[in-house]
Amino acid sequence: MSEKNQATGVIGWIDERLPILSFIKDHLTHYYAPKNFNFWYFFGSLAFLILFLQIFTGIFLAMHYKPDAKLAFDSVEFIMRDVNLGWLIRYMHSTGASAFFVVVYLHMFRALMYGSFKKPRELIWLFGVFIYLALMAEAFMGYLLPWGQMSYWGAQVIINLFTTIPFIGPELGVWIRGDFAISDPTLTRFFALHIVAVPMVILLLVILHLSALHTVGSNNPDGVEIKKHKDENGIPLDGVPFHPYYTVKDFVGIGVFLFLFALTVFFVPEMGGYFLEHANFIPANPLVTPEHIAPVWYFTPFYSILRAIPDPAYGALAMALSIVVLFFLPWIDKNPIKSIRYRSSLFKINLFVFVIGFLILGWLGVKAPTPLYSALALRFSEMYFIFFALLYFYSTSRSNFFSYLFTGILLSLITIYDITRITSENYLTVLIGLVLVSIFVIFMTITPLYTRLNTEKQVPDRVTG
Amino acid sequence: MIKNIIISLLIILTLSNVSYSAAKKGGIVDNYKAINNINNKASLQRGAKYFMNYCSGCHSLKYMRMSTLAEDLDIEETVFAKNLIFADKKIGETMTIAMKESDALIWFNAAPPDLSLTARSKGADYIYAKLNTYYEDDNTATGFNNLALPNTSMPNILAGLQGGQKVILDSNNTPIALEVKSKGTYDENEFKQMTNDITNFLVYVSEPAKLKRYSIGFWVLLFIFIFTIIAYYTKKEFWKDIH
Repeated sequence: MSEKNQATGVIGWIDERLPILSFIKDHLTHYYAPKNFNFWYFFGSLAFLILFLQIFTGIFLAMHYKPDAKLAFDSVEFIMRDVNLGWLIRYMHSTGASAFFVVVYLHMFRALMYGSFKKPRELIWLFGVFIYLALMAEAFMGYLLPWGQMSYWGAQVIINLFTTIPFIGPELGVWIRGDFAISDPTLTRFFALHIVAVPMVILLLVILHLSALHTVGSNNPDGVEIKKHKDENGIPLDGVPFHPYYTVKDFVGIGVFLFLFALTVFFVPEMGGYFLEHANFIPANPLVTPEHIAPVWYFTPFYSILRAIPDPAYGALAMALSIVVLFFLPWIDKNPIKSIRYRSSLFKINLFVFVIGFLILGWLGVKAPTPLYSALALRFSEMYFIFFALLYFYSTSRSNFFSYLFTGILLSLITIYDITRITSENYLTVLIGLVLVSIFVIFMTITPLYTRLNTEKQVPDRVTG
Repeated sequence: MIKNIIISLLIILTLSNVSYSAAKKGGIVDNYKAINNINNKASLQRGAKYFMNYCSGCHSLKYMRMSTLAEDLDIEETVFAKNLIFADKKIGETMTIAMKESDALIWFNAAPPDLSLTARSKGADYIYAKLNTYYEDDNTATGFNNLALPNTSMPNILAGLQGGQKVILDSNNTPIALEVKSKGTYDENEFKQMTNDITNFLVYVSEPAKLKRYSIGFWVLLFIFIFTIIAYYTKKEFWKDIH
């Protein structure tokens, strides 16, 4: 008899028919996680918590919300005023949406830092990027539901992206909207997708994400495999059982998170117009375009990339590419060293510049475009893609020939695009931008040939600290 | 007392850079800043009174339920019904108006907007500035123009209280000051107080939950704080053997 049949009573009766005890064992009490998780490892469990907060608050909102273009806006105000604690549920849901993205961005940054997407965790990363995509769809469709001015015009901008696709674009737009303009059919289908279809997809993807994780085991800040060193019972020497060690630890993270979450919900639910935009307190009006349409903050880096290229079709293509490139990350960065701790100074600079650039793109996305802002958006969009090119470049040590060839190709691509758009008015901004980007690229690709900036450190055998 | 101090500190700490693009006109309009304190019940009550007397003829508050208003502002329902409900309405109803949009379009050239959410969509300062920056202008149908909302079709309802204002322009035709030309019923400070009360009232109306959420939030934060401390020491106890 195997161990799992030892339980008696009700639990035993159930366990003979459904493997609850072995499930608990496999995923909690005997799932060994590296003992050296740091601050960055809180965000997975926090994302899980927020997912359930969103489902829970969403159920209560759906009880009072009316998916009808004539009633939607009023029903949201009804929730805010006449439903008992309706304002709390609504603010939790709207703040939860932003919190979800904060946590997911930090979770993804962790993966970049410690190489959690690398072999053997490619599938975990792929499911993660799919979750991120589904989350964007979920947030976008949810934002239409209050039927305010920003809901309406924000959706207008995004749906118009699809209409730029050659040949099928216009028909695709009608197919998505269910009408020639955003109207009641759009609202009702977005409601159905937002509360049923996409959440189910997200839940399924989360199960796949976690199953894949528990198959290969967690990475850690040192990027070493704890399964390589086991004791005589087959237990990783540097592992601790997830329960109770990480359950009690995650509760601390949950406490700190909930404190910040409650601070926002009760004291600044609008977050100065970034979580709930001011113009969204005006009912949707197809005849009045707001002065300035800005998407919610979590979309703004990609919105900047979209706007960086004047031609809408190419802008949309660049934006699509900026997300598609994430799927290929495990095959772009083939450097065997996972953790940032043991990678070169140039890798650290590359990641640091990428994060700063991403934040600047986000900031530019909420601003109305000016010539200077547009020039900056274009350059930082280029920097976004250069990050991935450099990740590929640092996969292994490169020869002189390859380094110069790589630099030449990269700079030619940027220069060719600049030549096509240079005019007598903008030549100064174009040239300054081109020089700055070139200096960065040359510094990142040529210095390894003459300095020790690209030297990597010895990865330890076991986890440290 | 301590609770109130902590709540005030929290509000100050979390105050973010609120920007209302619609309210930012630049120039002297930006000098008109409302002083909001929705915990000042007397101010809210006065604001409600002024609103019912001067504004509610044309402007609805269609999301504001009168019974909620009476309760939140500590006004007894009978007193409320006697003094603040003019039309033939019941206290459980919301504050809609009788004016038809089609009539309003003929009379004013634009329907007076519902003001339930104006404080959230355009900001308190906009409302305060709108009420304070009317000036005489012969080129408009009503004889008055407005700095916060140029060419507004809303007549200067409060002109009798404020006294007519004249705009002073610099050499570029940019307004640099507003000057009271003829004395109104109220002096300058009384008028500012009154318009501030109306603004304060509309801030409350835009989000009645604001009255509750700060004090509930305090207890929630306290609870989470204690929870986190307990969680932290539990974690420490469990982890003390792991090196």
